[in-house]
Amino acid sequence: MKKKVQSHNLAMFYDWATLRIERGAKEKNHLLYKPYSNAIIAKEPTSLEEEIKEIRRSGSNRDLDSASEFEMSDIFYFARRGVESIMDDEVTKRFSAEELESWNLLTRSNYNFHYISLRLTVLWGLGVLIRYGFLLPLRVTLAFTGVGLLVFLTSIIGLLPNGRMKNFLSEKVHLMCYRICVRALTAIITYHDRENKPKNGGICVANHTSPIDVIILASDGCYAMVGQIHGGLMGVIQRSMVKACPHIWFERSEVKDRHLVAKRLSDHVEDKSKLPILIFPEGTCINNTSVMMFKKGSFEIGSTVYPVAIKYDPRFGDAFWNSSKFGMVNYLLRMMSSWAIVCSVWYLPPMCREEGEDAVQFANRVKAAIARQGGLVDLLWDGGLKRGKVKDTFKEEQQKLYSKISCMETDWLRDPLGHH
Amino acid sequence: MKISPAHIIRLYDRFEFLDKEGSGQLRLEDFAEVKELAMNPIGDRIIGAFFSPGQETVDFPSFVRILAHFRPTDKNRAKDSTQPEPVNSRTSKLKFAFQLYDQDRDGKISRAELLQVLREMLGMQVTEEQLESIADRAIQEADLDRDDAISFEEFRKSLEKVNIEHKMSIRFLR
Repeated sequence: MKKKVQSHNLAMFYDWATLRIERGAKEKNHLLYKPYSNAIIAKEPTSLEEEIKEIRRSGSNRDLDSASEFEMSDIFYFARRGVESIMDDEVTKRFSAEELESWNLLTRSNYNFHYISLRLTVLWGLGVLIRYGFLLPLRVTLAFTGVGLLVFLTSIIGLLPNGRMKNFLSEKVHLMCYRICVRALTAIITYHDRENKPKNGGICVANHTSPIDVIILASDGCYAMVGQIHGGLMGVIQRSMVKACPHIWFERSEVKDRHLVAKRLSDHVEDKSKLPILIFPEGTCINNTSVMMFKKGSFEIGSTVYPVAIKYDPRFGDAFWNSSKFGMVNYLLRMMSSWAIVCSVWYLPPMCREEGEDAVQFANRVKAAIARQGGLVDLLWDGGLKRGKVKDTFKEEQQKLYSKISCMETDWLRDPLGHH
Repeated sequence: MKISPAHIIRLYDRFEFLDKEGSGQLRLEDFAEVKELAMNPIGDRIIGAFFSPGQETVDFPSFVRILAHFRPTDKNRAKDSTQPEPVNSRTSKLKFAFQLYDQDRDGKISRAELLQVLREMLGMQVTEEQLESIADRAIQEADLDRDDAISFEEFRKSLEKVNIEHKMSIRFLR
């Protein structure tokens, strides 16, 4: 309750700060650059087929439905779509931090810096002092405490013989340490629908915005983590965690072997005494405005899936980790010097793969449920697009769609099996 | 709807975003980074439209000038033959589309050029013979002076009823 009041007050403060900037700009008679949270241009959601038919219809008197033929005007559709994507494309937008309507006194989210009045600058300076001088050291200390305790206590528990006592202690230790880490980030988390919390033998699936997702979920329940063993501090933490309870860590070489990965995961879920597995099927961090394509691996295993939607409130501190722009340490420092991290977690009712549904369809169904609950846009795009090239299959899809409406007789179309 | 300075700023941000090297000019590779464009069958052609012949880079004014072709047409503009044709008029839009076909800029869409476009738009989905038939029919319909090529006037005539103003326009939000 107290937390709600805190965040409400902060929000009102930000709106006031934005108003001051707008006033400053107006006084100087300059045009304010207003960040649009979503798009620059209006895109019509019509399909390729609809649009091309519409263009043709306006251009000729012929009865269109009987003749699917190429028209010179067809190029307009592709030209416009092409130029639209040059001006504003859906994919790249998702990989850069979300733009805010109001300024939250962090320079990293401000674009109108030079319109700030003296009063606002003083306030901002005060904010910097508080954040870096007081909050940051406090949080860093907490973080070190949390991590240190985790490593230390799990190693001790690892010495105990396997049994109920060990599991009980391990649970308590994990929860406690994660809660300390949550405090270290000053994360204000609201959990919804806790009755749907993942149970043993299931797989918990969530959308991925930053490494903090793990801490947020793990402070409310115990999960078996899945991931690659890293070197350095991360590796130390991973190795000691696995002493206390069975997490699934892979060597770098094993990660490429999909069958090995699938086998270890299914072995784990079959053992009902083991904790539910936590997986992020997008495979990479997305900026929390949308959910990208889920990799199907986790959905092939055949156990119950517990979807979880995580939505961060970007006004208080942008939690998105742009790993191509910032390293992990840099990222954590930014997180710890923000005001707070406010987020909501929804536990969705469990889902199972239905008869006649393949892994990909199941994955999409889960993805749609998560997107709907979290208020995120459900995209078909692959998170792998962040770094890689667009596969030619997408272009082929477009060509296929177009060929259906531009080639007169269907038996002209190439039979994919080559029987023609 | 007029383009406001705020729109230009927005376009400049987009330009800066695309300009990965920060050189103040866009190169072919910068355009190729746009994922949705890679999925467009005539993506490369559209990129080419931004570069003048012989140029390897595009600066911001040229960038905006090309994008301006897609501004909605001002229907209330008085037809004044002393003024230069605005870049978003129906004729200019038609010229833009014509040049997408006519890559060698000789003022005519030859059969080979048409075939090339069809090949790009249809890819592996049809055979070469079918492409040739489609090209034949298209030229037959539009080519009025029987020179086996489509000139700009023939192009314009064949599209005289098409609602180009709407289909070749992009609207800014607010």
